[in-house]
Order: sequence, then structure tokens, then C-alpha cells
Amino acid sequence: MSGTLITGARVLGGDPQDVLIDDGVIVALGAGAREQAGDDATTIDATGLIALPGLVDLHTHLREPGREDAETVETGTRAAARGGFTAVHAMANTDPVADTAGVVEQVWRLGREAGHADVRPVGAVTIGLKGERLAELGAMAESAAGVRVFSDDGVCVHDAMLMRRALEYVKAFDGVIAQHAQEPRLTEGAQMNEGELSGRLGLRGWPSVAEEAIVARDVLLAAHVGSRVHICHLSTKGSVEIVRLAKERGLPVTAEVTPHHLLLTDELVAGYDPRYKVNPPLRSAADVAALREALADGTIDIVATDHAPHPVEAKDCEWDAAAFGMLGLETALSVVQHTMVDTGLLDWAGVADRMSFAPARIGRCDTGDQPHGRPVAVGEPANLTLVDASTTTTVDPSASASLSRNTPYEGMKLPGTVVATFLRGRPTHHTTGGTA
Amino acid sequence: MIRHLLSAGDLSLDDATLVLDTADEMARLTEGRAVKKLPTLRGRTVVNLFFEDSTRTRTSFELAAKRLSADVVNFSAKGSSLSKGESLKDTALTLEAMGADGVVVRHSASGAPYRLATSGWINACVVNAGDGTHEHPTQALLDAFTMRRHLGDLAGKQIVIVGDVLHSRVARSNVLLLATLGAEVTLVAPPTLLPNGIEHWPCATSYDLDDALSGADAVMMLRVQSERMNAAFFPSAREYSRRYGLDARRQALMPPEALVLHPGPMNRGMEITAEVADSARSVIVEQVTNGVYVRMAVLYLMLAGTNTGPTPEEAA
Repeated sequence: MSGTLITGARVLGGDPQDVLIDDGVIVALGAGAREQAGDDATTIDATGLIALPGLVDLHTHLREPGREDAETVETGTRAAARGGFTAVHAMANTDPVADTAGVVEQVWRLGREAGHADVRPVGAVTIGLKGERLAELGAMAESAAGVRVFSDDGVCVHDAMLMRRALEYVKAFDGVIAQHAQEPRLTEGAQMNEGELSGRLGLRGWPSVAEEAIVARDVLLAAHVGSRVHICHLSTKGSVEIVRLAKERGLPVTAEVTPHHLLLTDELVAGYDPRYKVNPPLRSAADVAALREALADGTIDIVATDHAPHPVEAKDCEWDAAAFGMLGLETALSVVQHTMVDTGLLDWAGVADRMSFAPARIGRCDTGDQPHGRPVAVGEPANLTLVDASTTTTVDPSASASLSRNTPYEGMKLPGTVVATFLRGRPTHHTTGGTA
Repeated sequence: MIRHLLSAGDLSLDDATLVLDTADEMARLTEGRAVKKLPTLRGRTVVNLFFEDSTRTRTSFELAAKRLSADVVNFSAKGSSLSKGESLKDTALTLEAMGADGVVVRHSASGAPYRLATSGWINACVVNAGDGTHEHPTQALLDAFTMRRHLGDLAGKQIVIVGDVLHSRVARSNVLLLATLGAEVTLVAPPTLLPNGIEHWPCATSYDLDDALSGADAVMMLRVQSERMNAAFFPSAREYSRRYGLDARRQALMPPEALVLHPGPMNRGMEITAEVADSARSVIVEQVTNGVYVRMAVLYLMLAGTNTGPTPEEAA
């Protein structure tokens, strides 16, 4: 038998065992794997490495079509593979907007052609993200792309009636609305977290309540119509409390947090460096602590990167003129290890849940022909990520596979390295072998 | 002395006192003279980089630099990268290539002077001439200079600043500088125009102007744009002026020797009545004169450091 034998990997951080993969599937685990492999199998020594199910990102900006100067599906998914991801959900705010079956199929096809990670396009909720009329959600759901996640991310679906209808409508095909929670009137011209620092720096404040008001409204709307709602990039302590309360009442809400909101605070804005400009804004240390705790206890279901590439000139300027957003795919797992694993808040099984199983479930890509977020078990697709948790690396933007360089972690020392990523048994990234 | 003047908070008590004393010197050396020029900054190039219209501040800096014999270039870059013009970075690189020694920058974006000074785009000294709703340090210096001339040492003096603190770079710089100089500042405004987190500022706050006036040594009125009522900061210009405007009745509540200041340009009838603005206790016009001395002092202290030219005393 041919195939690939991964030896001594600590699956989900457990005891070392061998994993045999062949024809895109895990065919043996543990004691029998080595015998079953035979002599012609390729062997990868994974002694000391953690094996995780391929990571799934529910929130990625790939910028194609329209802003191929910032990122393409090819470069973005290469960055994803290097970050340990085997599937990414590509946000709809492209140009043209992914609000038709044609555009989502184009993005989906580009992903297949590149082959670094499966691309699951997110469909826009409203035509052109304008918040006025529903896009043809059903057509996107039935397209080859099989869209299940719909979002106007970048802008909030702020019209309560429209949000209600969208939540109801997607029930027909088991879709979910992923809400960018930002009350527009409370955040006109907003530049950073509203607090002592925004007042001192003279930057227009972005109050927590602008997020929390929408989160509260939407969990109530979802409960009323019996639909599930997903909250994008939750960033405040108050939002955590609302989601916690909603879950205690059994309401169908899920939520994500970005790596940067788990690590960085608004204090970084003090130097007016637009690398730290992001939507939602970096918040206070108290918010960061609440987000970590909520991710640990499951109030927040998943980590999603909100990978948002921008060309140099969009950040090499004054704060007000700069674009919102940060890179995230290649550093996500390291930031999660640093903030959650090394602090004892989450074990590796927990990481597998928050970064693979749960996002795949929310995005409904845990079933079908080519599922993600499946257990590391015999008969399951060989989507695997091998992590060396013992390393420490200084983040070097120029080493990124992304076309853009707007990482907020430049020069920071972060733990852990993604050594290899397998998409259905095929290595899409290997630190010694380069990328596929 | 600091290399860039970006925030009034960058000035230590010694630095601030040095600027004010130097401004006194500049006044002494030029006041009442037919030839007001000093050769101190001969051969140095000062660029006035104004991304936002401000005739009074630009003219004040221009006069200050010219009185020190610097070469002055007015670079009015209307339209920043915000309005698809040349980017701040490219403008900076251009100035660097032209050999600017000092850049006086006015910009509508808070922090733009900070970016200019810290991004490695230029080597010149940067003086913040007002950035967005952040700071305007030379305005605070000229205000302090004006008050010091009338009130003496500002330590322990009661200064009341009234108006749109939220959007005011003048207020931010004044609070920081006056705290350094030991004055006791009270900010008075409707709650909508006081920024979030103001309880951490080194000053007191009040919503009641009448109350705050009784012990004041100086009252500084801030410009309030009547358009603010469109964003519901207050209901109408009339109501604002009734509750927070300085009129003769309120002036009578102040101690008789208390000063009235305004950074200009004034909205007569809005935050201040003509009667008060033109009263004997108003030092508003004097603030403009003093602005030139203070800016001379700042440019001299920042740019003459590496110069071998004569001191103003020797030159005079």
C-alpha cells in the first residue's frame, strides 16, 4: 500500500501515534498504521508535533475579484495553507460584490484552480451591500458554490425589517446570516474604540454600545423567527454578556472572535500607526480578557481571522485616510496558542473545536462531498495540520504569502509553527518542502 | 528642548518655561522697533505645510519665521490623500528633497504631524500647527504667554475653558500645558461636547457656566460651529448661546480683573457677545500679537540648536 505515514503525531495534543493517509482519506490510526503502510509509503516524522484537523476560517477577505493588487484567491489561499487552514470562507465585499450566483461561482472556481485550500464563498445579504434589497440568496445557495453563509460584512445589515426577512428566508436552505454588528449612526466617521484614549488623541470614538445594540437586537430577532444568527468579530465585553445570556436561554446564536481582538488593545493606537486600524476597533484590556474567557467557556464558538489585506499605500498615510483591516491567516494559530493555550485557557482539543469543528458546523461545510472540520479518525478526509508548538518566531511581514504586508504583529515574537498542512491527503504546505 | 512639537503634553515644565521666557525675549527685542528682523535662522528653511485653510495661523508662523530671517515656503497642499490629492508621504518626501529644516504642519486628520515626525519620511523638525481634533500646542503656548503677562506665574491660577471641548484641539493643548504650569483648569460645556474619558484629564469639568465664573482668573471661550446642532450636540445656536455664551451679564459674575480669551476666529453672538469681545478685559487681539513671539521662540529653540548663528541677544 502507498500513501503517507505520519509518525508520532500528538493528535489533538494527545499521546503520540501514527497516522496513515491514502487517497485523501485517513486509513489507519495508532498501532496498526505502520504495518499497514508498507515500504512504499512516504514517511513524515511528526515526533513532538501536534496534529489538528485542517483549520476552517469563517471570515476571510480574498479581495478577488476587484482588488487583485491587495490579494488574489491564489495568494490568499496560499497564506491560508501556510496558516494551517484547509478551508476559508471568502467574504462578499469584492468588486463586483458577491451578490449573484455568477460571482460566487467565479470565486469558488478560482479556489479550486489554485488548490491551496477549499474556498467557500460567502454571499452578500443585500444587493451591492447597500442594505436596501435582498440579493438572490437562493440562487447563490443552489449554485455550484453551494453558499450557506451570507453576510454584508464591512457594513451592518442595520435595517431591522430587512434583517428579519434575511434570517427567515435562509431557513429554506439551512443558511446563516453572519452579521457585522455596527450601528451606523453611532459610528459615523468613527476611528477607534471610544474611551479615554480616543478623547485624548482626538480620534472619533467607536462606542461599544454600537456593536452591542445590534447584537442584542439580532439575537432577539433570531429567536423571534426561529433562525440561527452568527455574530462576526465580536469585540466587546458587553457583546459577550449578551451572547452568554442568549445561549443560556437556548437562543440559536453563534459568535466569532478574531485573533487580533484576543491579543491587541487600543493602547496601540497612541502612535497613530494605521496598521492598528481595524473594524471593529481594538478595544480595552478588559474587553480582551472577557473575549478570551468567552472563547474558553464556549460563549464565543470560534476564532475567525477577518484576514483583510490592503496595499502599502492604504496604510502608509495618516490615520483618518487609512483603510480598516489586518492580515490574519498566517498568524492566527500562533496568536491563539499564545493567548489561549500557553495561558492554560484552552487545550489543543479546544483549539481544534474553535478553529475547525465549530466553524465547519456553522458554515455547513462539515457534510457533503468534501467536508471539513471532521474528526481525526479512520475513514475521514485527510485534512490535517501539523503544528510545532515548541518554536518561537519573530513575525516578518516580507515572509508572508499574502500580497499585502499589513500585519499588526511585525517584530512580535509568537509561539508555534505550522509545519505542514494536508488537504485531502495532499500537502498544501510543508516548512521543509515549501508550498504546494 | 524637544526635537518635534507635536503635543503640548510633550513639554516639561522647564521646556514650557523656556519657550515662554524666550518669547518674552523675542517681544523685548522686536516690540517698538522699526526693523523687527533678527538674523538668527538665516539660511534655514521653514515650510508651512497647510492641508487645511488657516490664514491666521499660517500668517503668524510665516511672520515668526521671517522675523528670524529664515527662508519661508508656504506649501498649501489643499486636499490630502483623503481627497485623492498627493499623499502625506509623497508631500513629505518632496519637502525632504527640497531640504526643509522645519515643517510647520496643519492638517484636518488628528495625528498627521505625528505620522510626519515618526514615519521616517523626513528628517526635519515638525511643529504641529493644529491637527484635526487633537492638538494645537503653539496656541496653548500663546494663550499661556498672554495670561502670564497679565497674571504673572500661572501656578494656582483658575482658568475656565468654555465650549466645544470634544472637537477642540485648543482645549486639549491648553489643558495639558496649563496642568504642567500648575494652573487649575475647569472645562465647561454641555455634556454632549465633553469627550468620553474626560475624568482622566488633569482638570475639573462643569456643565454650569455661571457657577464656574466666580473664581476665574481667566476665561477662554472656544469657537463653536453652529453646524454642530445638526448632529444633535445641542438643540439650537440660540440655546447654546443662552447656556454657554459669554455675555455682559456673565462677565459681571467674573472677578473684575479676570481676562477674556478666544483663539479666534470668533462667532460673535454665538459663544461670545461683541460687547464682551471688545471689552477692556478682553485680550483677544493681544493673543494674535503674542502668537508671533511664541512661534518665533518655538522655531528658534527647535531650529537654532544645530546652528552656529548668533543668539537673539548677540544679534540684536
